[in-house]
Amino acid sequence: MSRFRPVVVAALLLVLAACGDSSEETTAGETTTTASASSGLEGDLLVSAAASLTDAFAEVESAFEAANPGVDVLLNLAGSSVLREQILEGAPADVFASANNFNMDQVVEAGEVDGDPEIFVRNLLQIAVPSGNPAGVTGLDDFANVDLLIGLCAEDVPCGDFGRTALENAGVTPAIDTNEPDVRALLTKIEAGELDAGITYVTDVLSTNGAVEGVDIPEEFNVIADYPIATLVNAPNPDAAPAFAAFVLSAEGQAILNSYGFSSP
Amino acid sequence: MTTQGLGGRRRRRRPPAVLIILGVLGLAVFVVPFLGLLARTPWTDLPALLSGDVVADALRLSLVTSLAATAIAAVVGVPLAWLMARVEFPGRALVQGLVTLPLVLPPVVGGAALLFALGRRGLIGEPLNQATGLLLPFSTWGVVVANTFVAMPFLVITVEGALRNLDRRYEGAAATLGAGRWTVLRRVTLPMIRPSLIAGLVLTWARAFGEFGATITFAGNLQGRTQTLPLAVFVALESDRDVAVAISLVMVVVSLAVLVALRERWWKVL
Repeated sequence: MSRFRPVVVAALLLVLAACGDSSEETTAGETTTTASASSGLEGDLLVSAAASLTDAFAEVESAFEAANPGVDVLLNLAGSSVLREQILEGAPADVFASANNFNMDQVVEAGEVDGDPEIFVRNLLQIAVPSGNPAGVTGLDDFANVDLLIGLCAEDVPCGDFGRTALENAGVTPAIDTNEPDVRALLTKIEAGELDAGITYVTDVLSTNGAVEGVDIPEEFNVIADYPIATLVNAPNPDAAPAFAAFVLSAEGQAILNSYGFSSP
Repeated sequence: MTTQGLGGRRRRRRPPAVLIILGVLGLAVFVVPFLGLLARTPWTDLPALLSGDVVADALRLSLVTSLAATAIAAVVGVPLAWLMARVEFPGRALVQGLVTLPLVLPPVVGGAALLFALGRRGLIGEPLNQATGLLLPFSTWGVVVANTFVAMPFLVITVEGALRNLDRRYEGAAATLGAGRWTVLRRVTLPMIRPSLIAGLVLTWARAFGEFGATITFAGNLQGRTQTLPLAVFVALESDRDVAVAISLVMVVVSLAVLVALRERWWKVL
């Protein structure tokens, strides 16, 4: 498939070149008229964001749209690796917000990122237990107990990778009962009481409003997850994309993210 | 009448071009994705990619659980189909709807429903667990339950349809000759619907073999215990696409081999 991509791009360029002359004047005119009303940015903005950003980015979206009434932010939320695959396969996206550096690096290596990614938030891990902590989980040591039902994120998902590192740091070999495909799936099973404990992000525990309780992981074992953000080379909306990334990094954007439990870099 | 008949025969010799074009387009819907899969297959690395114990465990688990689900479906699904086809009872339309539900429901919804019913804190799962210590989620039996839930409708619907279309005079004749109801069922009814029964069983097995959504939601994902081939593909997609493509190819080959091998019986029914 990748062999055909240059052909498709060439065809698109031809089409663009053909209609470029006639349409340029009118679009330029439109931009100047809306600029007087607001920031001058307009159109759809496709933001591919990690699933763990679901709630926080919904609020970031509203705030950004309020500041830029011409822009309609469309959030594409999924596991970072799924988003990476979509971008590498040529799915249109303006901004990519990943839950770890690994997936961002792959997109950078493929030459899809415009400029350099920037870390916009950090997230910490926490042990998640059902409300009331029926199994009486007190720390990472309990993850070795074969009598408990233990879930982690799958090894290749960021939360699974970080969770295993934390257990390794604590010298615990976990008796795992399930490797869930993403952090939300893990959270659902903990919330339903079907699992006794799992490792998720602090922000995930916070997002359940008490349905899942958190047990802190000691700082010396904990893993800090860096979230990088970047604009993409093939962004359909190259004007609004950097504006959105800048907004996420701004004091206003950071305040929203902090309220969901993310810490600023 | 005769001229129409001849005309019909002549048309049959050469099908209308419109039908050919649309039919081939229809076929393309099924074929194109597999061509994509084949184009991406790393043929030279295939043996190495498939030799890991992850693939072996998943293949074994997929075969065991899909066959177990088919066996359970045969034991309880055929009687259910018989009751639905032969016995007038209030709410039969509702029962028929319920049986078809897993076909239209997203499997993830089915998995969540199973979790709420049979999970450790579930409606039936909680008393069951307290009485027997049995725990279905995160166990191989959980995979079998999820597979059965999603796949059994294929058997029930096929067998029910066959029973409805059956010429009941044969059963009547057997009964007048002194055969009991049980003997009639065993010696007359079941042999007569055999092609449908086999087609239903094959479809049920194939659906169970490819089951993903209900399994991962209800039974979780652990290598050797609940990680079937579709789950292994999904997990591999996150890390190593070549492995994912290789496992997908195994699934396509195994499924296609079974379906094609049984196509004779298949066509008699459909």
